[in-house]
Amino acid sequence: MSKNFNLNGDFPPNNPAGEKVGGTVGDFGKKSPTKVGYNKDKEPFVGHKACAGCGGTIAVRLALKALGERVFVTVPAGCMSAVGFLYPQMAFTVNSIISTFAGTASMLTGIRAAANAKGLKDVFVVGFAGDGGTADIGIQALSGAIERGDKIIYICYDNEAYMNTGIQRSSATPFGASTTTSPAGSVIGGNRLGKKDMFSIVAAHNIPYAATASIAYPHDYIKKVKKAAATDGPSYIHILAPCPTGWGSENNQTVNLARLAVETGLWQLKEFAGGEVKITHKPKELKSIEEYLRLQKRFRHLNAADVDRVKESIG
Amino acid sequence: MAIQKFLSGNEAIAEAVKLAKPAVIAVYPITPQTTVVEKLADFVANGELKTEFINVESEHSALSALMGASAMGVRTFTATSSQGLLYMSECLHYAAGGRFPIVMMNANRAVALPWNIFGDQRDSLSQLESGWIQLYAENAQEAFDLTLSSFAIAENHAVALPVMLNVDGFALTHTYEPLNIISQEDADKILPPFKPFFEMNLEKPLSLGFSAGPRDNTAFKQHQINGMKAAAKLINEKFGDLVDAYKLENAKYAIITLGSISGLVRDVIDELQSDGVKVGLLRLRSLRPFPEEELRSALANFKTVGVLEKNLSVGAENAVAKEIKSALYGLENAPQVLAFSGGLGGRDISANEIKDIISKIIGGEK
Repeated sequence: MSKNFNLNGDFPPNNPAGEKVGGTVGDFGKKSPTKVGYNKDKEPFVGHKACAGCGGTIAVRLALKALGERVFVTVPAGCMSAVGFLYPQMAFTVNSIISTFAGTASMLTGIRAAANAKGLKDVFVVGFAGDGGTADIGIQALSGAIERGDKIIYICYDNEAYMNTGIQRSSATPFGASTTTSPAGSVIGGNRLGKKDMFSIVAAHNIPYAATASIAYPHDYIKKVKKAAATDGPSYIHILAPCPTGWGSENNQTVNLARLAVETGLWQLKEFAGGEVKITHKPKELKSIEEYLRLQKRFRHLNAADVDRVKESIG
Repeated sequence: MAIQKFLSGNEAIAEAVKLAKPAVIAVYPITPQTTVVEKLADFVANGELKTEFINVESEHSALSALMGASAMGVRTFTATSSQGLLYMSECLHYAAGGRFPIVMMNANRAVALPWNIFGDQRDSLSQLESGWIQLYAENAQEAFDLTLSSFAIAENHAVALPVMLNVDGFALTHTYEPLNIISQEDADKILPPFKPFFEMNLEKPLSLGFSAGPRDNTAFKQHQINGMKAAAKLINEKFGDLVDAYKLENAKYAIITLGSISGLVRDVIDELQSDGVKVGLLRLRSLRPFPEEELRSALANFKTVGVLEKNLSVGAENAVAKEIKSALYGLENAPQVLAFSGGLGGRDISANEIKDIISKIIGGEK
């Protein structure tokens, strides 16, 4: 083994290079990256390497701001782990761990079980997984955790494709969207399948609390996070989080797109509790979807028939 | 104080797990592991074991849940077999790299296709490079003893690696033996309460499971190697050695094997030695850490050794035989190493077949 590697004794390791950790707040640089100090005035998720205009990081940050310090975070392999955990620069200032891609909900289950075994009170066990990690590879573990009634908060930040690996189609990719595995070609015009309805799937478990949200409606979202936190059992929030890199939109349009999705009726803000679905925000009148589509390269190829089909998908 | 009980291998392991008092147990059933987790469920249902007992939805989730629990600094246990172990494969590497001291019993069983629920060692041997400590029990008593030892090894701060305790499917898991079951007081001496090497807690938050790029990745693997070396030392010092030599003193030939077949090999060796045949047994109790030094010193002056494993490497020499050959490489007059597959899919290995193998070893031919 080469001596060029910095071996600092114990695991978890200290920062071998003594590099500055985090980017912007407080005295991160003075601390070991894996033993970051906690201060409620500090950001819970800071100095990460996400793309400009990332919607997913907004969803993570707002939820952690709402949940406070007594929290254990799990993120699976995906954007949030890729941008937040590159040794030695750790971006979470709260307890956090990357799970396997498929294992978000089961890792949350284990953390909650251990918290119970240790008699920890008033702690929140929360996961942030993307749409691929939730609707595809992680759905088995999610279903198991909900069915068992584990007291976990599962937040799916939905950017409608596998963005971390380079914009491949997931089962949450909407009809028509061009991705690298459902490209807009001369014969096939992008994704021909519809978006999987995770909210209904989760509700079908008779989960104590589930909601949809949009990063453009932070008050609505935070209210839902707090309801999830107060739930005695599993809770699920599915938040639309645009991705300029994957959607082919301007960085400064992320929040606008998240708002337009709601205002056009393409994305409904709702919650499920006590067996009932309730709409939490009803646009006075629905905007036309053309502007929403026009701002995104992934829909630019759509023909009139395709646009009509998108319109029909509005419930 | 020990009491005698008449138990199957699986029940013995469950008794040992009860004495170890893990805080979290995650279970998913697979034949022939099932009676371990059923027994543990009984203990929990009858108030004999206080633990967070989770019925998970897959083996992948069993280990994922335990990694989460282990990250919180509590003792954890699960059990699996065959297809379940392979379904866990991603999590095996993950748990070792994450240095989670999880203990897992694996009921050694054939892997599909063709489907077969009976015992062989192809499941665990295919996972040798996952970074787990791999121990192999010969009988139910050793399975009981090694269960407690496994926690002590995994949780040692210099080691901090998960342990897979391998027990031959049906041959050990489902056969009954009179066993010495030690008292809780004695078990607590072998295995004191878990003191985690690291844990996520509210006072000192941690980021775990992180990425390490090309610059740092190798350093973490070196840490893991150090952990495995510490495990070798600890096992040799406290937990009965990495290898178990039987009547090797005056032997020129040896049969090397692992697991339950060793019992029958001992009987054959007794018989042959009384007829003046110079053959002994070397049983591997641990494949990771691999007992390279022990093999080199035990077999230095041997003429030929044969490795009998319930395994088959298609298109190459068998995995264990290959490793033995590698360990002996460079010795002056290194013994010839012959590879033998046996017991595939639960096929019986008879005393006559062992004699046949030994005569091939002495004859020095395959």
